[in-house]
Amino acid sequence: MNFFHRLSSPKYFYRFAGRLLPWLAAAFVLFTLAGLYYGLVVAPPDYQQGDSYRIMFIHVPAAWMSLFIYMVMAGAGAIGLIWHIKLAEVFSISSATIGASFTFLALVTGSIWGKPMWGTWWVWDARLTSELILLFLYLGVIALHNAIDDKRTAARATAILAIVGVVNIPIIHYSVEWWNTLHQGPTVTKFDKPSIHLSMLIPLLLMAVAFKLYYALVVLMRARCEVLERERNTQWVRELVE
Amino acid sequence: MDLTEFFHMGGYAFYVWTSYGIALLVLLANVIIPARQRKKLLAGIARSTRRARRTT
Amino acid sequence: MKSDSLTRAFALLLKRDLTLAVRHRAEMINPLLFFILVTSLFPLGIGADPRLLQAVGPGVIWVAALLAALLSLEGIFRSDFEDGTLEQLLLSSHPVSVLVLAKVLAHWLITGLPLLLVSPLLGVLLGLPAAAIQILLLTLVLGTPVLSLLGAVGVALTVGLRKGGMILSLLVLPLYVPLLIFAANAVDTAAAGLPVTAHLSLISALLVLALSLSPLATAAALRISLS
Repeated sequence: MNFFHRLSSPKYFYRFAGRLLPWLAAAFVLFTLAGLYYGLVVAPPDYQQGDSYRIMFIHVPAAWMSLFIYMVMAGAGAIGLIWHIKLAEVFSISSATIGASFTFLALVTGSIWGKPMWGTWWVWDARLTSELILLFLYLGVIALHNAIDDKRTAARATAILAIVGVVNIPIIHYSVEWWNTLHQGPTVTKFDKPSIHLSMLIPLLLMAVAFKLYYALVVLMRARCEVLERERNTQWVRELVE
Repeated sequence: MDLTEFFHMGGYAFYVWTSYGIALLVLLANVIIPARQRKKLLAGIARSTRRARRTT
Repeated sequence: MKSDSLTRAFALLLKRDLTLAVRHRAEMINPLLFFILVTSLFPLGIGADPRLLQAVGPGVIWVAALLAALLSLEGIFRSDFEDGTLEQLLLSSHPVSVLVLAKVLAHWLITGLPLLLVSPLLGVLLGLPAAAIQILLLTLVLGTPVLSLLGAVGVALTVGLRKGGMILSLLVLPLYVPLLIFAANAVDTAAAGLPVTAHLSLISALLVLALSLSPLATAAALRISLS
């Protein structure tokens, strides 16, 4: 309990996060290498999609992260809003760009994956359309944060926006899925389940863990920058630069 | 399987390697940008601290 | 006793906003004209084939309604923010979410209702059958309040910003997507002669959700914007 108390102090957090970074980086590299090995070398080609399905090992974890990070962003924002914890605010806004990046990655890899399968660079598939709207939600959070000068106000406003967004995400997801079944007809999208069996599941899960470690790494790096920015006039930061 | 087969990716080389390549770029960018920003911040703070000390 | 004064405050605020709007009648016309213009541009852009127009009609009218609502939303808090009334509202002893509801209701009466009245005309312009126009009206009755309610949250978040209008669309349009999907499809389905009770129930659910949650979010956002 004492640990969490100390952690909410920016100074302690900065140092603690700094010490955690190399471990997170090492774990990330390990899991990524394992995931890439099992995904690109060990797993056999799919009988329908050949080797192109291997894009899935980037696309699916990226899509999972895009959703996961939004929820963390909204949750941290809510905690910061309700209990006035500065670190929660920092975490929330530090997550926005990473989440947007993963969403972008999911979109791009989904589009590239679609080309050999469907012949076009873009399909209004349920998942891709949902990811596109999610990207707009992220961009909205980032834009709002950049538009407000005062950091405290910016954090609180984006927290509200993120919470409103998170409530809407299941509704948007459901409505887009429903819309997609209407307009795509009986064609089933093969984007996430090319008859998944163990040789494909293992690299998928390895990459999913790798991406989570990556998120932890990058969010701590950004959070440290944010903390430095906010605390630039304090004693401990001044001592840091000497 | 040998190396050329591996890079060929059953004919889908462009699609697979472009995807993985873009992933690499995105992941690298998100690490490099905060790292650079931290250095810039620390340099900026050091400058303003020195300036403040000189005038006091 | 407390609820009595709250009702009075609600009614007063509503009346005030409506009176102010009537005094600036010209401003009420703009979103309406925009609605009609945008809808009319589509045949010019995509050709006047009646089957094509009927196929895209519901979606086009609904997208135009979304954009018109967005255009009109700015005014909901702007003038009050600039002359300090908004701060006074926040300082009053009444729950801000109820006052917000009064302002949103006024906004809907001023901008949403005219859209409703004009929509049958647009339905005819795009060749929608009578059954579809009926459902179009119904979806607009249920849906335009949702546009005002959700939009108010976005406006509350950006009211203090210099260029708030530009990011308002980015904030609000993604939230409009479910409504757009269900409403446009309802009209499409009605044009095919099929029942639309499921669609209308979903849109009603969205309305209830928006009515209960968005005034709270708007109130919180206003407090933050004015802090």
